[in-house]
Amino acid sequence: MSLLTVTDLKKYFPTYSQKIFRTKGAPVKAVDGLTLSLEPGETLGLVGESGCGKSTAGRTILKLLEPTAGKIEFQGRDITHAKGEELRILRRELQMVFQDPYGSLNPRHPIGQIIAAPFEIQKVTPPGGVKKEVQALMERVGLNPEHYNRYPHEFSGGQRQRIGVARAIALKPKLIVCDEPVSALDVSIQAQVINLLEDIQNEQNLAYIFIAHDLSVVRHISDRVMVMYLGKVMEVADRNSLYERPMHPYTQALMSAVPVPDPRRDRERILLYGDLPSPQNPPSGCVFRTRCPLATERCAVEEPLKVELEPGHIVACHYPKVRTVV
Amino acid sequence: MSTSNEPGLSAELLESTGVRVNRSRTDSAPDKFLRVNDLHVHFPTDDGLVKAVDGLSFDLEKGTTLGIVGESGSGKSVTSLAIMGLHRGTRAKVTGEIWLDGEDLLKVSDEELRSLRGNRMAMIFQDPLSSLHPYYTIGQQLVEALQVHQKMSKSQAHTHVVDMLGRVGIPNPDRRYDQYPHEFSGGMRQRAMIGMALINNPELLIADEPTTALDVTVQAQILDLMRDLQAEFGSAIIMITHDLGVVAEIANDVLVMYGGRCVEYAEVDDLFHQPDHPYTWGLLSSMPRLDRVKLERLVPVAGNPPSLINVPPGCAFNPRCAFKEFSPRPCNVDEPQLLESYPKHDSRCHIPVPKRAEVFAERVAPKL
Repeated sequence: MSLLTVTDLKKYFPTYSQKIFRTKGAPVKAVDGLTLSLEPGETLGLVGESGCGKSTAGRTILKLLEPTAGKIEFQGRDITHAKGEELRILRRELQMVFQDPYGSLNPRHPIGQIIAAPFEIQKVTPPGGVKKEVQALMERVGLNPEHYNRYPHEFSGGQRQRIGVARAIALKPKLIVCDEPVSALDVSIQAQVINLLEDIQNEQNLAYIFIAHDLSVVRHISDRVMVMYLGKVMEVADRNSLYERPMHPYTQALMSAVPVPDPRRDRERILLYGDLPSPQNPPSGCVFRTRCPLATERCAVEEPLKVELEPGHIVACHYPKVRTVV
Repeated sequence: MSTSNEPGLSAELLESTGVRVNRSRTDSAPDKFLRVNDLHVHFPTDDGLVKAVDGLSFDLEKGTTLGIVGESGSGKSVTSLAIMGLHRGTRAKVTGEIWLDGEDLLKVSDEELRSLRGNRMAMIFQDPLSSLHPYYTIGQQLVEALQVHQKMSKSQAHTHVVDMLGRVGIPNPDRRYDQYPHEFSGGMRQRAMIGMALINNPELLIADEPTTALDVTVQAQILDLMRDLQAEFGSAIIMITHDLGVVAEIANDVLVMYGGRCVEYAEVDDLFHQPDHPYTWGLLSSMPRLDRVKLERLVPVAGNPPSLINVPPGCAFNPRCAFKEFSPRPCNVDEPQLLESYPKHDSRCHIPVPKRAEVFAERVAPKL
């Protein structure tokens, strides 16, 4: 049984006109038909440009946002509309690490209290007492346990992200959604946090949904990778299959745009023109067609279905073709 | 900054007396377009003196690009602000020399500097939204940049600006001219910023993390645009970034900064294929790569960047260096000098050059 199964998940945000009578406008389709499954201990990378809906997807799966439609099953249990007490208990299993190591820690609480908050909220007392457990967690993530009474501003960005990780693993969850956990950090510090996340995963058989815009980091950490564009899934595959044989023109363009630290490497670049269209008024047919180098008339009319072209390699495109770009 | 020597004269004076022997100074003096020599930028604060830049020298020819790489707090942005003269009127103490085409920018008057800024040298900032004025249309802001430096009628300026907006890849420049910054997307704003920087055909363009806030697809467009415009105008570009990938793509020379100092300075190919400083090795081995899967774990640089108030004694990198065992002398006593290890390849490390090459080949390169 999969740890998590998400079927045709949708999250629409309503919009209103600016006039006196706030009539409803077309909703913003932030996530529009997301289907995925996740095994225990697996890492799924979620990539795409800003505005593609990857963060909304992560938050909706964790039930931080109420889904508009679709189904979320966790360990075989339907949690799509869980609320109140049920949701609170569920949060022991589902946790999150946020992007902003400055904004996600309360500046007026010492970090001991921040890391202990999950125990307090869940009314759980770990064996040996809360303080001892918090100090063990601090030690685990590479912080000095003596800094228990210090405040977030006394820590550097990398250390704050470690505090966020300690808080997320406090209740030994099964799944953590990491929303851009390293994008605010310097490269040398980024590697420290990535290694920490990998080690904890191996120790606790944790599953991650790793949301990032950095395709290099995602290649390093993920087992499977999902590429999103304008709320829709374009391509999903195993890491190696996706990076070595991408089939969707969007994936190819995205990869070819990433600079590689090797000046001798002369790569072909697929340039995308223009910007992401508005998700309030997405293009007809295939949402990517306005920027796609291969688009034809068919793409404007017919929305491509998700097809499994190779085992585990799903592509939503009328003209999929393997093209090596990295 | 009180000395008001005639710039050309002071250059000759320095030349003849031969003060400050420095490799980049002695080989051929005035023919370089930009030469920064022994630049120091210090900020007095209540906690102590922040040595944000401490003895930096480099030079740059027209039509070429210098990449300055480093982590936050390494002094790369402070350097660019010093070149643009944007520390003037603050408490910062800027010393050294910045020669732009035969003029020492640290000695010119505010008046002269103002005529250079935005005209012969221009800057692109990281955050286009906070660098554009929200109350003025994009067109008005570009026209202002143009009319400050060139006598031009309104209609001429309008034509010129619309032309520039089109050239930096903004669709419908005529309509976009009358729009406000909030109506532009992030990539479009950065294009408008680049257009504003290029409107007077500057000979020196400083780009401070111009693509950090942008998506990779837009980053690729902007880098292409900068390359094309460089080919067209022959500008010298200083590209400040923390992304080694961007540097590999666009720079001719690379300067790696750590704790306010240059630790390695080389041509781009040498820097990536024969990196010569343990910090550069650390940066390269801590990066995940798009083009291959690293079989082993990433090798991070231990610890945190130094405080610029208490830079560690000796080599600033020594507390984080994983290779100091190879140094024949203690790393925490004397500061290593920036020396030429190979032709046109300088680095600052106590480990002897052949040993460094050996350590890199045996211990670092296999894990990259």
